[in-house]
Amino acid sequence: MGRGGGGGGERVLVLPGEEVPAQGLKPGFGTYRSRDDGKIYASVMGLLSPRPPFVRVIPLSGRYIPQRDDMVVGVIQAVGPTYWLLDIRAPHFTPLHMTGTPWQMEYGECGEYLRPGETVIVRVEGIDEQRRIGVSMNGPGLGKLEGGYVVEISPTKVPRVIGKSGSMIQMIQQDTGAKLVVGQNGRVWIEGDNDQIRRVREVLALIDREGQKVGLTDRVKALLDTQAGRTPQHEDYDRPSRDSGEGGSEEVHDGSPPRPPKGEVQGPTYFEEGQEFEEETQHG
Amino acid sequence: MGSIGAKDVPQLLDANGRRIDGRGLEDLRPLRITAGPLQQAEGSAFVEWGDNKVMAAVYGPREVHPRHLQQTTKAVVQCKYNMAAFSVDERKRPGLDRRSQEISKVIAEAFESVLFVEEYPRTSIDIYIEVLQANAGTRCAGVVAASVALADAGIPMVDLVPAVAVGKVAGTIVLDLKKEEDNYGEADLPMALVPRSGRLVLLQMEGHMTRDELKRSLDLGVTGCKKIYEVQKQALRDRYAVSAPSAGAEVAA
Repeated sequence: MGRGGGGGGERVLVLPGEEVPAQGLKPGFGTYRSRDDGKIYASVMGLLSPRPPFVRVIPLSGRYIPQRDDMVVGVIQAVGPTYWLLDIRAPHFTPLHMTGTPWQMEYGECGEYLRPGETVIVRVEGIDEQRRIGVSMNGPGLGKLEGGYVVEISPTKVPRVIGKSGSMIQMIQQDTGAKLVVGQNGRVWIEGDNDQIRRVREVLALIDREGQKVGLTDRVKALLDTQAGRTPQHEDYDRPSRDSGEGGSEEVHDGSPPRPPKGEVQGPTYFEEGQEFEEETQHG
Repeated sequence: MGSIGAKDVPQLLDANGRRIDGRGLEDLRPLRITAGPLQQAEGSAFVEWGDNKVMAAVYGPREVHPRHLQQTTKAVVQCKYNMAAFSVDERKRPGLDRRSQEISKVIAEAFESVLFVEEYPRTSIDIYIEVLQANAGTRCAGVVAASVALADAGIPMVDLVPAVAVGKVAGTIVLDLKKEEDNYGEADLPMALVPRSGRLVLLQMEGHMTRDELKRSLDLGVTGCKKIYEVQKQALRDRYAVSAPSAGAEVAA
């Protein structure tokens, strides 16, 4: 079984159709209760993560599932008379209405402000039961992202890029000198010179590939050292580093305030780095 | 034997109950599954099963094209099964034919009953199955590959879906037909199983069987599916192995 023991939380990999130990919990994201036997089974491949009153499975792959108040990096797909259509990596294209921008503009002027292919950072305002998404560009840290370079990673790895209280993203920014904006949809906007962007891309690829494993911080540190021509310090990868307690082995949601329960609806409840993220986008 | 028009019919079963490739009656061909070989697709899987080689790629949930297929309450599952021109001995004329349309349809319907389609209204989940090398049982190999690819794509589903064909060869019920057995045998019964609930989501038959033989065939198929299920799970575990990754999940027949 995919048990990746080590320092922090025990990580159990579950596959679709595998029974999940319920212990009186309700089925949360990535799980379902069978009508045949009343037991709870996983519906996606991911890491088991009980969070009373729900058992959840944090998926290892899959599309971005928008959630209210997520900050996401979108790419303009089409321009309408009063709105733009954004690709935010959700199942659907997302309209951004001109009233959701800081600009004073008239009907038909959308194309003068944002053109297809340009990048923006927006906030998810809400999703209805038909999964229609509303986004806005009004607010601190939101707006058009000019210049820079966009990299895509798995949305489920976003909390690992940010790290506990933004520790990982700060380390990457300080070491490389690049500026990062991380959208909850797994799009990372990087600003810097070519070399800085190259280094950040390598780091993000590492996190995307190995974010579910133990000892991530140490491996990122080692990569940054190698890139900068420093000798990587040898660390015991099985032990999380003592100072930060991060070590890539904490549960994805540790350190953030609990979200209020959302009822029986299978709502995704796994992108929980909102506060740190907001800080990041402000100086990012 | 020796019936009119029968030419070069190979001996499909020998006196010891060994099959044309030396397998026992209830043995599978060697199966090897690799999860996630494709970069571009959201989920993918490569299945090598005997002399079959099948690649599956999954995209979505995404916008539905063509638009009129969109459903407001659930995702539509679209499947395209295709055989490469070079997948069989004599060149297969490329493109859609009746056979591939039928297989695409039954596979799409099989997965529609397994995926949580209500989770993604107004979207499409697209499954592409490309048969690179064919040696009987490619629809089953396609289902096996597609199911791993769907799990790799993170699309919620009730369970993985293993599939296998059972057939009647020289009067005997055997598991997992290979080409000669399919061509010269008396019956072919492909099936796809949801192991958790024991329900079949795909069942077709060609040829003739008695009621009793059908019953035994179904039992044998279910047993075979459960072995395949384990290989599928191992392939997915290997993809995200916390320890060193291995090259692919395997079962020796």
